[in-house]
Amino acid sequence: MIDPLPIQLLAEFFPNGVARYAIGGLLVGLGASIVYLGTGISAGASTFLESTLSYVSGRSRFQQYVSSRDWRVVFTGGIVAGAAVYSLTSGDALQYTTAVQPWRLFVGGVLVGVGTRVGKGCTSGHGICGVGSASRTSLVGVATFLLVAIGVAQVVAALGVSP
Amino acid sequence: MADAERHPLFMPLILLGGLVFGFGLAYSHMARPEVVLDFLQFEDFGLVFVMFGGAAVTGVAYVLAPRLLDGPPLTRRRFERRLKSFDRNVLVGGAVFGVGWGLSGICPGAAYASLGVGNVTILWALAGMFVGAYVQGVFRSRSDAGDATTAGAD
Repeated sequence: MIDPLPIQLLAEFFPNGVARYAIGGLLVGLGASIVYLGTGISAGASTFLESTLSYVSGRSRFQQYVSSRDWRVVFTGGIVAGAAVYSLTSGDALQYTTAVQPWRLFVGGVLVGVGTRVGKGCTSGHGICGVGSASRTSLVGVATFLLVAIGVAQVVAALGVSP
Repeated sequence: MADAERHPLFMPLILLGGLVFGFGLAYSHMARPEVVLDFLQFEDFGLVFVMFGGAAVTGVAYVLAPRLLDGPPLTRRRFERRLKSFDRNVLVGGAVFGVGWGLSGICPGAAYASLGVGNVTILWALAGMFVGAYVQGVFRSRSDAGDATTAGAD
């Protein structure tokens, strides 16, 4: 006799199951681990923003990333291409478009751009490599942006902004 | 950082890592802001599995690599954990990041992956991130220049 409670909870909290999330997460960790094992680099996604700005801005703030900007472009290109490979093989063939409104994406993007630079990392730098390193700074960083994001998303939804 | 003379496999390996990373983000549906927003609104807790699943794998790599290998085969770096110093910026920046993430459902890696699954609308988010990083960088250079007596040329 299977206890129905866990299954019920699974359906309630995970309406899309857990396999896609767990397998996807393991692959994300594998991608970061491949880079780390080969090069010793803890790859994050957000430094690409500043390092790429060094191509167009002479400011010292961005110039410090000149030595790493080329591989960061390659890593980011890999992320885009890897996602495209998934899309092409899974059947939706690059057809997905978000319904979230452009102003939310843009304003959110600006804040993410500022926040990740001030806060020393993003969901991959802090969340994947930092937590993987058992870094207390990263754990605090993740807890901070997770709690704030949950609060903001709840307020935005309560205000009736959708999608 | 000792990358002046790079191993010929350095870039191919970075590309491979990026490919797997991006494939994983798309596979987990994190490239869709709606799925992230569903998590933040407690409608689907799947994101927990993505983040901690990913961190579990890197955790194994960070623990095993220094024990099994002399050093990274493709660079002269050393295997070090990703440790950043803690200060108020981690909290302030994390909070600003959180507001943006909660508003849009988008973070940097997932935004790149979203472009890869054909989401042209995500360019709004990417443009915003570059604007944000630029504004922060300019502000930071100004305050740095204000502190230092030898201000760097603009």
